Amino acid sequence: MATTSHTALVGKLVLVVVAMFGFGFALVPLYDVFCDITGINGKTNETAATVYAGEVEESRTVTVEFITRTHTGMPWEFRAQTHRVKVHPGELNTVEFYVRNPASKGMVAQAIPSVTPGQAALFLNKTECFCFNSQPLNAGAEALMPMRFYVDPQIPDDIHFFTVQYTLFDVTGGNDGDKKTNPFLTSFVEN
Amino acid sequence: MSKATDIVSPDHAAADHDDHHDHHIPKGLMRWVLTTNHKDIGTLYLWFAFIMFLTGGAMAMVIRAELFQPGLQIVDPNFFNQMTTVHGLIMVFGAVMPAFTGLANWLVPMMIGAPDMALPRMNNWSFWILPFAFSILLASLFLEGGGPAFGWTFYAPLSTTYSGDSTALFVFSVHIMGISSIMGAINVIVTIFNMRAPGMTWMKMPLFVWTWLITAFLLIAVMPVLAGAVTMVLTDKFFGTSFFDAAGGGDPVMFQHIFWFFGHPEVYIMILPAFGIISQIVPTFARKPLFGYASMVYATASIALLSFIVWAHHMFTTGMPVAAEMFFMFATMLISVPTGVKVFNWVATMWRGSMTFEIPMMFALAFIVLFTIGGLSGLMLAITPVDFQYHDTYFVVAHFHYVLVTGAVFSIMAAVYYWLPKWTGRMFDITLAKWHFWCSLISVNLLFFPMHFVGLAGMPRRIPDYALQFADFNKWISIGGFAFGLSQLIFLWVMIKACRKQGEPVSSQVWEGAEGLEWEIPSPAPYHSFETPPVVK
Repeated sequence: MATTSHTALVGKLVLVVVAMFGFGFALVPLYDVFCDITGINGKTNETAATVYAGEVEESRTVTVEFITRTHTGMPWEFRAQTHRVKVHPGELNTVEFYVRNPASKGMVAQAIPSVTPGQAALFLNKTECFCFNSQPLNAGAEALMPMRFYVDPQIPDDIHFFTVQYTLFDVTGGNDGDKKTNPFLTSFVEN
Repeated sequence: MSKATDIVSPDHAAADHDDHHDHHIPKGLMRWVLTTNHKDIGTLYLWFAFIMFLTGGAMAMVIRAELFQPGLQIVDPNFFNQMTTVHGLIMVFGAVMPAFTGLANWLVPMMIGAPDMALPRMNNWSFWILPFAFSILLASLFLEGGGPAFGWTFYAPLSTTYSGDSTALFVFSVHIMGISSIMGAINVIVTIFNMRAPGMTWMKMPLFVWTWLITAFLLIAVMPVLAGAVTMVLTDKFFGTSFFDAAGGGDPVMFQHIFWFFGHPEVYIMILPAFGIISQIVPTFARKPLFGYASMVYATASIALLSFIVWAHHMFTTGMPVAAEMFFMFATMLISVPTGVKVFNWVATMWRGSMTFEIPMMFALAFIVLFTIGGLSGLMLAITPVDFQYHDTYFVVAHFHYVLVTGAVFSIMAAVYYWLPKWTGRMFDITLAKWHFWCSLISVNLLFFPMHFVGLAGMPRRIPDYALQFADFNKWISIGGFAFGLSQLIFLWVMIKACRKQGEPVSSQVWEGAEGLEWEIPSPAPYHSFETPPVVK
């Protein structure tokens, strides 16, 4: 008699344990979705945004700063051609980034953007970006990579300045298809 | 709270009963390997925790020896990092948690009038996998490249990109510790739900039982999340996933969110049973019933619930939006309300009581004062702008050692001294115990209090060297550390004497003001108690 009631309760408790183990992994996509909606960790859109058709707000100016870095062990030269640009919300702008592969073999790079303050990330709309795809470069080759963007006029009035940082990672390990991919994230699978 | 007035078998009959069963207790090593008796398993847990406490303590001695003076003199920085990491892991998972589980094994069945834990065979397993977990962890220190050196919090990418091959051993040992804790927690919940004596209603349960029940729910809720986090570290490091690697679409900050979602409830796992212990001891020696029993139960439950929404106060400096920092700051401060209720109730219990100061009471009083100091430095750390200065300094080290050493560890010592005569049937060596108490009390404050000052002055934690202006304080901290370490050898001596059955025999009540079912069975507690449930009125 006692054994049966134990079994039922133990069953429920084991279910809680299994569910919480699952929840630990569910936090991964939840985190991504949460950050996507709120933009709080500075992640920007990963596919091209549609071009803005509304009116450009000439009365406001937002300064956008671009900084670059390469991840540990990544030998490429990587810099922004324009360090700082003043834009009007809604206006389409193009900036270029210079890369050079000094290595003696061809390599593939992936740039990951991050916006500070994070709240601005939601209002940075990129219609074209080298960060949407991984970028192959032959040994010794150099290139100018464009990024076209506009600042959403919805951007809060108190944000006058934000910084976009690109970090360049070495993803030479494989082509687009079998890049190191987080099975719970679709971020780069789409590319 | 509860008093069994109608125990079915009188004391001497129970003792005869005990003799009868003694013939069936296997002798020698196999008794301990095969045992399913809650008292045997409780003893195993407690001795295991004590050995781990001394092991982790020895590592702390290495840390303090290196920090005795500025510069690098005794160990190289990589080994220093291994010492801080493994010291933390051992003290959390090897000393404090198994000690509480051991106390739960010994006391929960006796307090609720049950003959044993609900799942005795699983109980045996949940203890016996622990030595393997810690053997794996300790063995990793002797491998080429050394053991884990990334801090007990194993932040990515330290544990993924920059760690050695021993990370796999670390992950497996944490898995085993987690499984052990989860099995222990399930056992406690099932025992309390299904095996209470007739009349032992929820609101008659002793507070130690209540706090352990709530702790057990915290354990089954968050230990699986920890298992998930270490699994992600394992696959990131060895199997090419990118949970925490930005290059592959992951996020290292997410590691901290997942870890602290486990980590914050974990700190309450290590303090709620302590609250229960103090709530048992203070009424005994104040000779008054606990003030505000119901509010204690609700306060414990509130702390447990709030513990799930404060995790990011460990991450104020990761660049969260202001709104999130405000939320986590206020939610954290909110926890001081139920905690304050507890401290207030303990003081109110003592108010105008007939207080005496036996060893368990002295530890309990030290707990109340020193834990409150740790709580107040916690409140300081909760203030976001202030945390930007305190983050990763010795102030944090001072804070969590006040709540974990003079909090959790002192409560465990109080509990051991309080119930030891019930377990062995004899009074421990009071003179030695007094030496243990006063040496520990003085040295522990010399050890941890100056850490507040060096922390506020900017000394970073987890660094084997420091700037010259911290030299004097660190010398004193190290002296306090060595003294506190040596003081625990007095504790060991008291325990060995007690286990050898030296000392005066005690009555079944042991302490004059003690109330509760465990004080109504003979001392020493018979191998099998409450085979016929008592009736609680």
